[in-house]
Amino acid sequence: MTTLTPGAALEPLTFEITRADLVAYAAASGDHNPIHQDEEIALAVGLPGVIAHGMYTLALVGRAVGEWTGDAEVVELGAKFVAPVVVPASGAARVTVAGTVGERNDDGLLALALLVTVDGTKVLGAPKVLVRA
Amino acid sequence: MPIDAALVGRAFPPTSPVPVTAESVAAFAASVGGAAGEGAAGEGADRPVPPTYPIVVTFAALQDFLAAEQVELSRIVHGDQRFRYARPVVVGDELTATLTVTGVRSIGGNDIVSTSSEITDAAGAVVCTATATLVHRGGAA
Repeated sequence: MTTLTPGAALEPLTFEITRADLVAYAAASGDHNPIHQDEEIALAVGLPGVIAHGMYTLALVGRAVGEWTGDAEVVELGAKFVAPVVVPASGAARVTVAGTVGERNDDGLLALALLVTVDGTKVLGAPKVLVRA
Repeated sequence: MPIDAALVGRAFPPTSPVPVTAESVAAFAASVGGAAGEGAAGEGADRPVPPTYPIVVTFAALQDFLAAEQVELSRIVHGDQRFRYARPVVVGDELTATLTVTGVRSIGGNDIVSTSSEITDAAGAVVCTATATLVHRGGAA
């Protein structure tokens, strides 16, 4: 757990996503969109390959926030999915969640400013996290 | 198939209630490598439900909407997702989502559909509001 002082850096965390993870996530979430499983279908609809569910990446943000804040209550969480996270048939995509502690709002909620990247490319746009911490 | 702009403002029927069980939470957490899925069976019960877990009922609402509009799921990518929580989801909750279409626009051959789903508990109290943008890819054949 990090000391949550405004401006403090949050230790970057890197998570791996494999095709097997996407299969497990599809079952657990109910999202069986074949673009997250089937290379041929993904390519046929114009994607660069099998991509992770955007919500998988956002779930990793949730994990990072839990680790940084000692499982503080999350009051707001969201992002735009601005670049696909391509998951190779073998090996893994590596998602890095970095950030800094932001300001406390009028309700006493703490914002975290995040940068979420794969190989240096930003994959989440306008990520927003508010925690009660 | 283009998405009909006349859908804006329409509320779709509520989803079937989704029970939040310890097993479903553990499976969800484990699938994203989370600690609630780690350790011996039954461990992790002291960890909070992952904040993105309400996507389960949100996705059910989105899927009902896409089925009603006869949109093929493989042509959809998720553009944006935001949750605002009135309270944390806990095991034992029974969640229902009611989806409203808030916008439809067309950009570069793709239809962008904005939705807002109100997620309520068994008592009808709001637990979370989930807004989602779906991109219907009309481009490649």
